[in-house]
Amino acid sequence: MTGLAAIPATLIDTVRNVDTPEGCRISLRVAGPVSRARAWLIDFLFRAGVYLTVGQFLAFFGKIGGGVVLIMLFALEWLYPTLFEAYWRGATPGKYLCKLAVLHDNGTPIGIGASLIRNTLRAIDFFPLFYGVGAVTMFLTKDYKRLGDLAAGTVVVYCDEPVPPKPDHSSESEPPSIPLTVPEQRAIIEYTLRAGQLTQERSAELAVLATPLTAGMTADHARERLLRIGRFLMGKR
Amino acid sequence: MKEFQFVEMRQLTWAVWDDWLDSRGLAIRERLPFAAKELPHRFRELCHDLSIARDRDYSSLLIDSLHKRVLRAQQHIYGAQPRLRRAWLTFFLAGFPALVRGEWRFVIPALLLFFLPLAAYIPIAHYWPESVYLVIPADHAAQMEEMYSPDAPSIGRLRRDAGDDFRMLAAYIWNNVRLDFQCFAGGLLFGVGSIFYLVYNGLIIGATAGHLTRLGYIDTFWGFVAGHSSLELIGAVLAGAAGLRVGYALIAPGNLSRVTALKRSARIAIRMLSGAAVMTFSAAFVEAFWSPLPAVPVAIKYAVGGGLWVLLLAYFLFAGHGPAGDPRHAD
Repeated sequence: MTGLAAIPATLIDTVRNVDTPEGCRISLRVAGPVSRARAWLIDFLFRAGVYLTVGQFLAFFGKIGGGVVLIMLFALEWLYPTLFEAYWRGATPGKYLCKLAVLHDNGTPIGIGASLIRNTLRAIDFFPLFYGVGAVTMFLTKDYKRLGDLAAGTVVVYCDEPVPPKPDHSSESEPPSIPLTVPEQRAIIEYTLRAGQLTQERSAELAVLATPLTAGMTADHARERLLRIGRFLMGKR
Repeated sequence: MKEFQFVEMRQLTWAVWDDWLDSRGLAIRERLPFAAKELPHRFRELCHDLSIARDRDYSSLLIDSLHKRVLRAQQHIYGAQPRLRRAWLTFFLAGFPALVRGEWRFVIPALLLFFLPLAAYIPIAHYWPESVYLVIPADHAAQMEEMYSPDAPSIGRLRRDAGDDFRMLAAYIWNNVRLDFQCFAGGLLFGVGSIFYLVYNGLIIGATAGHLTRLGYIDTFWGFVAGHSSLELIGAVLAGAAGLRVGYALIAPGNLSRVTALKRSARIAIRMLSGAAVMTFSAAFVEAFWSPLPAVPVAIKYAVGGGLWVLLLAYFLFAGHGPAGDPRHAD
């Protein structure tokens, strides 16, 4: 049980911690350039699809049709990202499909102001070709911000939370035979919750390592014992 | 307190939160789980639960689910949007002119950068006609001559039939509003982009005006542009001023870091840009439907155009002096 102390205090991660005025810390998982590019590509294909299909159709309507196509182009280029991000949970359809959302730096949802800023400044981020400036600034800044994000004070985050494992409330518990430190208790609780996601063999194999709690026990017994201790630590009596 | 007891004690409250958070659309407002004035207190309580769970080293399962709940509740609570229609109305009745007056440090330079080259080019084009071709390609100039020639079939454009008005409206929106946005975005290049757009557009318009004036197409050209000139030109200038504001924040951030200065500046500039874009958008309607009307006598066109200039000037000078124009009431 000594390896646990080696966990560094701050992990190298793309998590951005925000302290809310309510006095609690929330963590946002910041999205990187690749997933954002993917979302952009989906949006691009979607918009190109709308333009091509509707444009084809409108071509039959002469000058009026040509006018509608231009207005549609304007809407697709400028209003599409701005209005979707401002009024549809901070996501364009592409971002929504990639489970991304745009939030203010402090974790609150963006409004029309920030959305307008970050989407009009896209013109500079796109410069000179395919988000050249945007890509460079993303790598130079914390939280992968392009210039539009810097000016608007926004950040693009993942909005899918990982599905937590289901706890097992049924079985009996037992107290640990020796006093455990807090990180050790934490590790055993995590093990208890995740054991169901591992194969029987792997979880048994891991349990054997938890000496002296499981010293001299067969793998399957060690597993059962560690699970009982875990339930005890979570308050099961 | 162990984790199981904690969950047992609190889970009813959490279920109420989840019920509200899972509801969508209008239900979010109507099915508020607590009295509205209790909401901040309840939300702090929920945040407190998360902090406790973390502090007591409860399982990450519990912490993660609480974290998710806090995050969603925060999105719901802080995501409430102000009444949009009212906000826009106050903005255009009071906030926008007050903002433009308040930002005179950027509006005046933008005006000069745009109107000086414009005004200078008209006499230059008169005394040195070839210089026009320095900024306008020859074929484009020829097209202009054809469009504004007194014996042109319709003024301001090559041909005119049923769909033309609408087609031109779309073209003006697509082109001019986009130019506003680009002019603003150019401000991010330390203001250079905005300065370039302002001076360049001033030169083009000045050269065109000077060229056509020299040819004697006075009533056709000036009569055509009179109506929409005020909205369109001032809209372009204000978009440039918004860009200058952003560029200035990068050059001289003062006591702030450049990023903070940029953020604060952009928040103000974007309001100016919105106003400018709406002006340009309105100008497109005037330009498409009023300016080319062949039946209207040119004197009336001048009168309307001049009237619009006076109105616009009065709007920017006198509107929004009350509390509604106070920038502290903005957003």
